[in-house]
Amino acid sequence: MTSLLVESPGLLTTVQDLGRPGFGARGISPSGAADPVALQLGNSLVGNAPGAAALEMTLMGGNFILSEPTAIALAGSDFGATLDGQALDTWRSYSVAAGEKLRIGSTRSGARCYLCVAGGIQVEPFLGSASTHLVSGLGGFAGRSLRKGDLVKIRDAATTFVERALSSTTLRILQPRKVVVRVTDGPQFDLFSAESVRSFYESEFRVTEESNRLGLHLEGPALKSTLQQEMITEGVTLGAIQITLSGQPIFLFVEQQTTGGYPKIANVISADLFRIGQLRPRDNIRFERVSFAQARAAWLELRQLLASGDTLFA
Amino acid sequence: MRFRAASDSALLVYLGDEISLKVHRRVLALLQILQRERPGWLTNLQPAYCSLLVSFDPLQIDHSGVEVAVRELASHLLETRLSAARLIEIPVCYGGEFGPDLQEVAALHGLPAQRIVELHSSRTYHAYFLGFAPGFAYLGDLADEIATPRLATPRKIVPPGSVGIAGKQTAVYPFATPGGWRLIGRTPLRVFAAEREPMEMITIGDKVCFRAVSAEEFRVLESP
Repeated sequence: MTSLLVESPGLLTTVQDLGRPGFGARGISPSGAADPVALQLGNSLVGNAPGAAALEMTLMGGNFILSEPTAIALAGSDFGATLDGQALDTWRSYSVAAGEKLRIGSTRSGARCYLCVAGGIQVEPFLGSASTHLVSGLGGFAGRSLRKGDLVKIRDAATTFVERALSSTTLRILQPRKVVVRVTDGPQFDLFSAESVRSFYESEFRVTEESNRLGLHLEGPALKSTLQQEMITEGVTLGAIQITLSGQPIFLFVEQQTTGGYPKIANVISADLFRIGQLRPRDNIRFERVSFAQARAAWLELRQLLASGDTLFA
Repeated sequence: MRFRAASDSALLVYLGDEISLKVHRRVLALLQILQRERPGWLTNLQPAYCSLLVSFDPLQIDHSGVEVAVRELASHLLETRLSAARLIEIPVCYGGEFGPDLQEVAALHGLPAQRIVELHSSRTYHAYFLGFAPGFAYLGDLADEIATPRLATPRKIVPPGSVGIAGKQTAVYPFATPGGWRLIGRTPLRVFAAEREPMEMITIGDKVCFRAVSAEEFRVLESP
């Protein structure tokens, strides 16, 4: 069986797939890849099912060695990777010989890069998913981020590989469009004054260092709700933008708490959630308000792109 | 019943606007109906005190479609017989290293620490919902005499098994997570265990009571 040796793990490297939705009533958030679009495309490049488990690296990659000849692809942000000293492109699959040194550096664009290996990573599933849930130490590789010396199992894959890359059309659609995030009205939108709403849509917000897989903290003009008393805690959605007592927004992200008591002014549309996964501390963003019909159309477009098979590739 | 879009793929259904067993029974009934019916568009259910968050596949249905479906299912709400509540007893060693905030809570209320323990362990609580973290059950209601605000600054790490209070709620922390509730004791039992079925010690709708144990008994119960 093929295995991947972790020579150095990078800053925060975890096993992720598309997560485990549907367990909210048990207090379990889905987890899963922060940029599920990159994960799915990376898997397609090495011939895996789109939701196969891969390594999610954050801001800085690591050094890895594969025990058998196989194929890999790097997807998401460009972390400046090399294979035995030869530069590797993102969004392209490569054949790898046993023992070759894969070195993945620091980000040159967004927050996350996925290392997809043909066959996919094999771990004991937790509630049907390989995703690591860091807060509870469940799922993934021993419920934690990878450490030096870990040996990660890879599932058997086909023995012949076709090296391929994404088409320029696909890449253009996925171009980082980090500056503007599209949102729909949140359930407590009415509790914000016209002035706060204007300020929310017209200001730039900066992602702070506190951000992680649970939530992204933003910094900008203070927003005020007209809430007179504490809200009764209720279920919260992925991508909800809640306004804390200090008036600063927090995006709830893949390892979010499942319930919360802060008012939500807006919610990131499904089609833009993967872009949140590429935001880094100190990135600036703005919000654009769209209707539910527009959100649905954007989601349909993204889903169709991901399902378009060979036309994704060059 | 009131509806509010939460996102492009989720609808909040409010079944009342107060924290009460009466309202919560309606939440529980609607949750159980939806869990039984499992409509094809349903992707997640998140119950809370007086609301149920219903997530759906936006390519199969929209908010108004979900609203119609929920109204239809809710017409059976009153006839729905809730599954019988279980009674869970949780041993707790109060105070000392296990309950670092017990003395402060006692001081805040001008009561002896022993009285706080009596008030906390002499009631049967209702598990309103699981949230925050896997297996974290929001239990209520605390006796008015010991309702206490959260810590001004949350702890970065709360030891697993810690029993906390906040407002009129109490809970047991399943994992070493950050936490702002005041810690008055700890249980040696594992609140959430992935290899166990069910994984969570407490589920929504359960009745829960706490039994004070000594540090010796804690150690005995803790050993595997």
